[in-house]
Amino acid sequence: MATLEQEMRSELTFHPMDQFIVKPLFGDGPVHWYTPTNATLWMAIAVLAIFFMLVIGTRGRAVVPSRAQSIAELSYGFIHKMVEDVAGKDALKFFPYIFTVFLFIVFSNFLGLLPRGFTTTSHIAVTGLLAIAVFVAVTVIGFVKNGAGFLSLFWVASAPLALRPILAIIEIISYFVRPVSHSIRLAGNMMAGHAVMKVFAAFAPLILFSGVGIAVTPLSILAITAMYGLEVLVAFIQAYVFTILTCVYLRDALHPAH
Amino acid sequence: MASETQNTAHAAADAAQGAAHTAQKAGMPQLDFSSYPNQIFWLVVALVAIYWLLTRIALPRIEAVLADRQGTIAGDIAAAEDFKRKAEEAEAAYEKALAEARAQAQKIAGETKAEIQKDLDAAIAKADAEIAARSAESEARIAEIRDGALAAVDQVAKDTAGEIVAALGGNSDASAVNAAVEQRLKG
Repeated sequence: MATLEQEMRSELTFHPMDQFIVKPLFGDGPVHWYTPTNATLWMAIAVLAIFFMLVIGTRGRAVVPSRAQSIAELSYGFIHKMVEDVAGKDALKFFPYIFTVFLFIVFSNFLGLLPRGFTTTSHIAVTGLLAIAVFVAVTVIGFVKNGAGFLSLFWVASAPLALRPILAIIEIISYFVRPVSHSIRLAGNMMAGHAVMKVFAAFAPLILFSGVGIAVTPLSILAITAMYGLEVLVAFIQAYVFTILTCVYLRDALHPAH
Repeated sequence: MASETQNTAHAAADAAQGAAHTAQKAGMPQLDFSSYPNQIFWLVVALVAIYWLLTRIALPRIEAVLADRQGTIAGDIAAAEDFKRKAEEAEAAYEKALAEARAQAQKIAGETKAEIQKDLDAAIAKADAEIAARSAESEARIAEIRDGALAAVDQVAKDTAGEIVAALGGNSDASAVNAAVEQRLKG
């Protein structure tokens, strides 16, 4: 009995966050900035997948596209239209970078859903850098394009004069919170979904150790399936949200007037 | 002595680092700042790679294909419109030719009809004239025959009267008999 309990305790272990640990691919040394890690591997797989979709897929250059070429054209059209509609025609020169960000996030999100996969976009270091890059770029573009006129973004001309300074403070705070919410939204969504799935997964083998497992195991497997479905949705939606917010911020930089 | 102290300090530092490492491991890996430089470095590499792939190969290719398709579609539509216009032109030409032919046919029919009418009229006139000539001739002959018959009757009456007078034993004076018959015939 005691041994069984011990075994149970040793088997039913909850390490929902272990999947996010960045570790070296080779050996067990410290993680230097140049060390190839699991993050490196999954980013490389994402780059490779993008290469297959957009370069190998379109190598036919057919007027009547093949299936792979259709997918590449569809993704191109999707983001191209988004940039044009949301940020305006003059934002199209930033389209390659926005498309880069979208592809990286969407592929990382979906590759992270593979069993034993590593979700690079669940790390605040990754999403933070992406968000800060957008924030810095948008701010620089705003000042280069509009000069001091960019500050009119914070001066709500349509509000009563007395309210404007207060609104300006709120606007400035919200502007500087942007990169934080932008990055934490993505990383948080990816991390939470994967962690919840891992928790359910830890409950799944309960039937091997306890009678309660008869009820818990099917439930947890069902829950994993449902969570997975939800995560597939979230994987795309979060990539979409990150991209469209980038476009919205870019529009503010190009046309700061409210 | 000094080296010993150094060694101890070293060991202590190692231990502290190890402890810190375990502490970090226990928390969220996302907040393990020691992995940040690594992730950021490889993220930049990945983004540069994707950006390079897109701007150098994928985007120009997709843009070219889309422009090509747009051109093909526009060209096809223009060609279709051209064909349609040609078809309409051909139809109009056909209609025109048909109307012309119809008018020509009507003209020819009218002309032919008039010609036939003329011939017919001439033939009828000719026939009428012939009929008139024949009937005049016939009338002349009938009159001749009638006159002939009357003369014969006259002669027969005279002869018969002379014979009758002779048969009755009278002296038949031819001229007297003739005169008497003529008188009777007139009266």
